Amino acid sequence: MEEELFTSGRNLPNIDPSLQIWHWPISVYLFLGGLAAGLLFFAAVFTVIKKEEETPATVKYAVMIAPIALVLGLLALFYDLTHKIFFWQLYTTVRIESPMSWGAWVLLIITPLSMLWVFSYWKEVFPKMDLKFGFLKKFQAFVVKNRMNMAYVLIPLSIVLGIYTGILLSAFNARPLWNNAILGPLFLVSGLSTAAATIILFSKSKSERSLFSKIDIVLIVIELALIVHMIMGYWAGSEVQLEAMQLLTNGEFTVMFFVFVVILGLLLPGLLEILELKGYKVPVVVPAILILIGGLVFRFVMVEAGQLTRYLY
Amino acid sequence: MRYAMVIDTKKCVGCSDCVVACQTENNVPIGYCRDWITERVEGAYPILELELRSERCNHCENAPCVRCCPTGASHIIEGGIVLVTPDECIGCGACIESCPYDARYQHPDGYVDKCTFCHHRLEKGQLPACVSVCPTKCMYFGDLDNPNSEVSQLLKARKHKTLAPEAGTKPHVYYLI
Repeated sequence: MEEELFTSGRNLPNIDPSLQIWHWPISVYLFLGGLAAGLLFFAAVFTVIKKEEETPATVKYAVMIAPIALVLGLLALFYDLTHKIFFWQLYTTVRIESPMSWGAWVLLIITPLSMLWVFSYWKEVFPKMDLKFGFLKKFQAFVVKNRMNMAYVLIPLSIVLGIYTGILLSAFNARPLWNNAILGPLFLVSGLSTAAATIILFSKSKSERSLFSKIDIVLIVIELALIVHMIMGYWAGSEVQLEAMQLLTNGEFTVMFFVFVVILGLLLPGLLEILELKGYKVPVVVPAILILIGGLVFRFVMVEAGQLTRYLY
Repeated sequence: MRYAMVIDTKKCVGCSDCVVACQTENNVPIGYCRDWITERVEGAYPILELELRSERCNHCENAPCVRCCPTGASHIIEGGIVLVTPDECIGCGACIESCPYDARYQHPDGYVDKCTFCHHRLEKGQLPACVSVCPTKCMYFGDLDNPNSEVSQLLKARKHKTLAPEAGTKPHVYYLI
């Protein structure tokens, strides 16, 4: 029998025996960032193709969640910093090679932009709340006039934000579970799917709900395909990736991953959405909430499991 | 100039003098360390092989920690030494996640800390603290760009390895095997 013993005379807090540097705020942020990216993407796209009238929840109501999610996400990120008073150092430099630098700059632009977007619909969403000051009214008129321009800027920015939440993890080759090129697109699609679910929750129009059910089904299929690709990638990979895969397929995170993410978070809501479109009575709240929970659990699984994986030497 | 450390695993006895010397020299907070001893036993009983080695930041040429740092706090200076500027570090932890050697840690004061190859000693013409105290003299330090340096000569003469070269980091701590 081949025996191998590996001992290290080191016991660094949060590093040994396994990394615990990134905690729940990072998972929560990745979820909220992806959700906000998806909401802003849909709002911008449906504005650009001039379908605002048919999709009021998309462009006016659900998108109100985006700035809230972004602010909460930013607070979570800030909370996880250990040298907080120096956070402004993020904005003294642009580091092309660092995904986190990209994210910091994109968030700096997209967060106020999402607030302006919501502000541009203020009069329609809250007709009774009068903007008391003249300059506010003038400013709102200006924002409304530039809504289309904002939409053009938001489309690329929201895609970058959605992909970056995945690339933030996949850029670390030291953590084999994260280090795969699929994670960026996968988190983007998952973010779009959670956004579609949120829109379904907010929508009062049947046609909009069924449109987003259809969109969501497509996104779920893509997401499942990307997950299969991800597993295949590990499977064909090196020893460290095989070991990483075990955490998802045959280890600590298998139940979380397969039951909560794949079955309850993707397959079941996808099936329920198909049944609903076929005319069966399914409360749309159920698949939508399942997707949101699945998306959140997925971020937790990837962040936690990834930190257990490492190079062997 | 390309600083490198060469550690002879055949001479290391795992006494941890290098660890204590580093902690003392660099005021490393209690419970933390910038270098450590790894003891690896391989094989099937009764044919076993033991390797003892002192590990630390590898001052990689292709340093993932420097690449992923969002503020530029992690940087490479003359001689290829990877350093962290505490006042630029926001404590995001990205560099810790990126290091295949887990050589970085969060200092209790919040910033990220690690081995500096004792560059404050090098400036005075001294060797890193760990190298200078090693009782078996199993650690060597010098300039790889100089073909006559002790480290260059050792790497020319002896079989050696680096840790996790497959991570693509081009580490500059070498182990004689």
